[in-house]
Formats: sequence, structure tokens, C-alpha cells
Amino acid sequence: MGLSELKVAVLSGKGGTGKTFITVNLAAVAGPSTYVDCDVEEPNGHLFFKPEYATEEIVTVKMPVVDQRQCTGCRKCVDFCRFGALAYSNSGLMIFADICHSCGGCMLICPEGALSENEKPMGKVRKWVAENVHGLSGILNIGEPSGVPLIHELLSDMNDRPHPVFIDCPPGSACAVMESIKEADYCVLVSEPTLFGVHNLQIVWELVRLFKKPFGVVLNKVLPGEAMAESFCAERGMHILARIPFTQHLGLLNSQGSIAVREDEDTRAVFLDLLKAISKEVHCEATAHS
Amino acid sequence: MRIVMPVEQASSRGSIGASFGRSPFFLLYETETKESSFIENSALANPGGAGIKAAQLVVDQGVNAVLAPRCGENAAKVLQGAGIEIYKTSSRSIEKSIHSFVQGRLPLLEETHAGLSHHGAE
Repeated sequence: MGLSELKVAVLSGKGGTGKTFITVNLAAVAGPSTYVDCDVEEPNGHLFFKPEYATEEIVTVKMPVVDQRQCTGCRKCVDFCRFGALAYSNSGLMIFADICHSCGGCMLICPEGALSENEKPMGKVRKWVAENVHGLSGILNIGEPSGVPLIHELLSDMNDRPHPVFIDCPPGSACAVMESIKEADYCVLVSEPTLFGVHNLQIVWELVRLFKKPFGVVLNKVLPGEAMAESFCAERGMHILARIPFTQHLGLLNSQGSIAVREDEDTRAVFLDLLKAISKEVHCEATAHS
Repeated sequence: MRIVMPVEQASSRGSIGASFGRSPFFLLYETETKESSFIENSALANPGGAGIKAAQLVVDQGVNAVLAPRCGENAAKVLQGAGIEIYKTSSRSIEKSIHSFVQGRLPLLEETHAGLSHHGAE
């Protein structure tokens, strides 16, 4: 598998580790590429690319609606819903939209045809182009309990865009992250070198192993003498792909919304090497499994 | 009158559960006959919507009132939808709470809290 077919997901166990920094700079250094912002609760990658125009599409989820006149109170839907989104009492069937996962099961199981579907807007996908980088940013409506359907929509849009694709994941290891890495060929785990960083690295390490995804580690904000993540990786045979130093210069560029690889030669070299390391890893993986 | 309480153990000497939806048992009590029985809260392990499932369980027992220290907003909606009143307990003791209720000294629970889990993920 070559770089031009690759989908790389960038994830970390907590926010503020540098997922967006790594993803944005990888996309910027890769030439024609696609940046996908799956961190739908606080998408910010577009702030670095500053696209001049963008198109937006509303994303909806399906919500069950009940016709109380047709409902006989058999409660098949109540017993079926494993999320507990339905309840029945003498005042009729109640539907809890915040709990519903839009699986559609209640509608299939209702013998009376009392349940139908309604489209409920839950967010939007913003599509943009900035120089040779194509962007897809997911924006979740405030108060929505889950970004998963929005992430699903984002990822269904990435296939006919320039590759490599770089997926900026939400923090943590919950459903939204699982959805974000599902289609990825390779995962980059970003960690700080500290004890706190190691704890968060462990969380995503467990996740990528569960999903049997090939992965490598990028240590960000590296300071001399902070070796906890180094030894954690060494003990487990985890490959460290790059070490990005904790410098005021990088911090400043990032806070100004600049893309570091476009401003700083040393950083550009680090990211070009990282990109090479990822292609090599994916290539090795492909050979090993062929 | 048939009342129900979330409880920690299947014993009348046990204490009232801290949460409605995630207490392991419910104590059913008949104020006229003073008879009590326990049912297991099968919603306990539900990743999300435990309050709703637990409330459904209680609604199905045909009770008139719930005695609990607190109650989630979704569970409260289901209970209220079924015409069940929720009374606020202040003692952990089952016996004291029943006594206060029978004497009409328990206030109605006015504040409910947001669900404790969302989609079981966070």
C-alpha cells in the first residue's frame, strides 16, 4: 500500500496532547491530501488551513415517533431497546431522544406499525479546500449526546478525496474514537512523555490492539529528562515514530494558527521523516500480511 | 397504598439506595397489610437508560408512590407519566422512611438530576 492510498488516524487518550497539531502538519507536508476533523465537539483544524470557502451539509439522525392511537401497549419495543430509550405506562409510550441510538429496531419490532421515523438534525459537515489540502470538518450541535452518526457521515465522504487521508480523532477511547479509527489503515498514538501522558497512551494502545490496527507512537512536547513514555514504549515493543520537542517557538506558531511545517525548516524535516516512517510501517505491515 | 423504595440489600434492615435507577433491589411495601417483598433491579447493569428501565419495572408493579433520596430526570418522567408520586427521603433507614411517609411527613421530591451516564461511553 502506497502513501497515495493511505488513511491514517491520529488519536490520544486525552485532549491537548497535540492530535490536531500532528494531523494538520502531516496533511500539510504530504502534498495533495485530505484532513478529516472527527473531533466534532470542538473541531479546530480548519483554523490552521484557513480555507477561503466551504460548503455545508446538515446531518440528521432518525428518531422514532409514536402514533399513540395505534399503540396497543404490548411493549415489545420497550423490551427490545437495550438502551432503555422507551417506556410505557398508562399515559402511553414515551420516547427519550437523548438515549436513543437511532438503530431503528423499535420500528421493525412494532407489530402495530405505531412507530415511524423522523429526521432530526444533529450536526453538519463542512467541506473545504485550502491550497492542496481538502478538508472535512464535523460540527456537532450543542447538547447532542453522541457524535458517532456525524463521524460516520464524515468518513463516508473521504474515499473520493485526495489520499493520503489524515483523521484527527476525538480524545479518549470511547465510541466516537472507535468510529473514527474504523476505516484507518494505520493509527498514530500521540502522547506526552510524562506519567500522565503514559496513562493516556495506555488507554489508546489498548484500543488499537483491540481493533487490530497497526500503530506507532509520536511523543509530543518532549523535554530532556522526561523518559516515562520512552520506557513504557520500549518495554512493550511499541515503535516511536517521532519525537517533537517542547519549544516556545512551536508553541507560538501553533497559538498563532500557523502551520509549523510551513514556517519552520526543522519541523518540516521532522514531519517529512514521520510521513516516511508511517509509509514504511504500513508497507512492512502489508508485506507481513500478504 | 403500594409504595416502592430503591434499596441496597434484599433485607428490611438494609438501607435505602443512593440512586433510583442503579440500586440493586426495590422494596415493595403495602401500607395497609404492612407486607413487604423485594424485586431485583434488572436495569442495574444497563449501559445507558438504567433509570428509564428501572422506572418501567416499578411502573409494572402497579405502585402508587416511590420513596427515594434522589431521582434522575428520565426516571421521574416515566414515573410521573404513570401517575406515581415521588417522595424525598432524608434517612437511609427503610423503617424510618416508611414511618415518616405513613405519617405524611415526607415532602414530594421536586428536583431531579440529569442522567448519570450518556450512551454508556464516557
